[in-house]
Amino acid sequence: MSLAAQIGHIAQRSVVRTLRQPANTVFPIVFPMALLAVTSAGLSAATEIPGFPTDSFLAFFLAFPFIQGALFATMNAGTDLARDVQTGFLNRLALTPMRGAALIAGQLGGIALMGLVQAIFYLSIGLAFGVRLESGVPGAVVLLSLATLIAIAFGALGAFFALRTGSSESVQGLFPLLFVLLFLSSMNLPRELIETDWFRTVATLNPVSYLIEGVRSLIITGWDVQALALAFGIGSAIAVLAIAAAAWALGLRMTRT
Amino acid sequence: MTGGHFWSVAWAVAWRVLHNVFTTPSLLLPGLVFPLFFFTAFAGGLSRVDNIPGFDFPPGYTAFQFVFVLLQSAAFGGVFTGFGVARDFEYGFARRLMLAAPRRSGIIAGYAIAALVRWAATAALLTVVAVLAGMNVGGGGVDVVALYGLALIVSLVGTLWATGVAMRLRTSQAGPVMQLPVFLALFFAPVYVPLDLLTGWLEAVASLNPVTHLLEAGRSLIAGSPADVGLAFLIAAGLAVALGVWALRGLRAAERAGA
Repeated sequence: MSLAAQIGHIAQRSVVRTLRQPANTVFPIVFPMALLAVTSAGLSAATEIPGFPTDSFLAFFLAFPFIQGALFATMNAGTDLARDVQTGFLNRLALTPMRGAALIAGQLGGIALMGLVQAIFYLSIGLAFGVRLESGVPGAVVLLSLATLIAIAFGALGAFFALRTGSSESVQGLFPLLFVLLFLSSMNLPRELIETDWFRTVATLNPVSYLIEGVRSLIITGWDVQALALAFGIGSAIAVLAIAAAAWALGLRMTRT
Repeated sequence: MTGGHFWSVAWAVAWRVLHNVFTTPSLLLPGLVFPLFFFTAFAGGLSRVDNIPGFDFPPGYTAFQFVFVLLQSAAFGGVFTGFGVARDFEYGFARRLMLAAPRRSGIIAGYAIAALVRWAATAALLTVVAVLAGMNVGGGGVDVVALYGLALIVSLVGTLWATGVAMRLRTSQAGPVMQLPVFLALFFAPVYVPLDLLTGWLEAVASLNPVTHLLEAGRSLIAGSPADVGLAFLIAAGLAVALGVWALRGLRAAERAGA
């Protein structure tokens, strides 16, 4: 079987397994949408703060579900991979001609597909509720590409933790850490409008701020080259490092077995 | 069937849950850490919101958000306990517990006691962090006690809701069913700004949402100008009674299912 076919089989398995667990498909869609609805309505008055970059808090906050959805998908995929380790599926797979690269690429292919579907859903909801994409149709394509890259980056992180620890509980324990990165970012206000000094410093050092700002720039600004370069650069860097780490962890796990 | 049986079951269940939670970091940490995330993100990241024209809360935005996060941690402490109940059913422990308990309603009481103790630890940590972050408290001792008392009842309400769900569905997959309604009830209230600054559909929903009364009463207590506190306690107590019946009926459903 060719490498491409192996990747295809693993990706298909990853997607089918996710779709078969309602909690893994419904929650990453419903929860970010619920938070988007209540936050954009609850903080609509924040657009009156002098210097706020748009008059629609929904448009401003729409970047948030793209990142939160990617986090959820990552945790679910990482947990499934860890379960493969726990149940011995990976050991049985090691007895087949399946290549390690196919396992990681297939797993990430499944995550990327789920991330893309989620991103299309979030974008459709935003457009349906009156958000106008300042970057137009080409911007939508770039936005979906960025969202997919972010899903791959976080997915690779989840795969690394799953392969390194071999425990679904440990992967789930990573969720609060990623969640804290989301909450300590510029998700609620632009960094220049954050009043608390230490919070603004943390948000500036936090790579998640730049991922959010990249997505947000396409929605409310148009074509902000610096924001997009930072978002794609940081997303790619996380993806490359995490994939390398996952490949290393897979090598160790195969050696152990 | 005596009160002694009830309490012996309740204390045994509470002790077991608390022992599990306080000796297992993966169970303890989410309940402790998530309220701190929310508090930090809301009070720290959104502090400029109190510059919005019409925002008038003398103790400041940190205290404004503290009350929300305190009530949220109370409700979600109960939900996290519900996760444990579902896990007990999934692994078959609840079946053995039901066989062994001379008075099964004590099982619900035990989970509720454990949830309250667990939330007390969260509330203590949250309070320390809030004080260190410079939170102003305008209310006196009685106001502060009333605020924590209100949150305690909210914790009971959350526990009874989640326990009722867990006893009916008896699977960990029921997590979102326990979580989402509580999340929506909390966030369909004036979380970020007072009710009179809300507009549109959220203003309409928040005006009808009983959680709004709990939140506004809590904020009035921390500001030292109590308003509608009696109504808030009445609503909280009413919810506790209604959801107590919900949890007991859930227990009966589990008995009928032979769980």
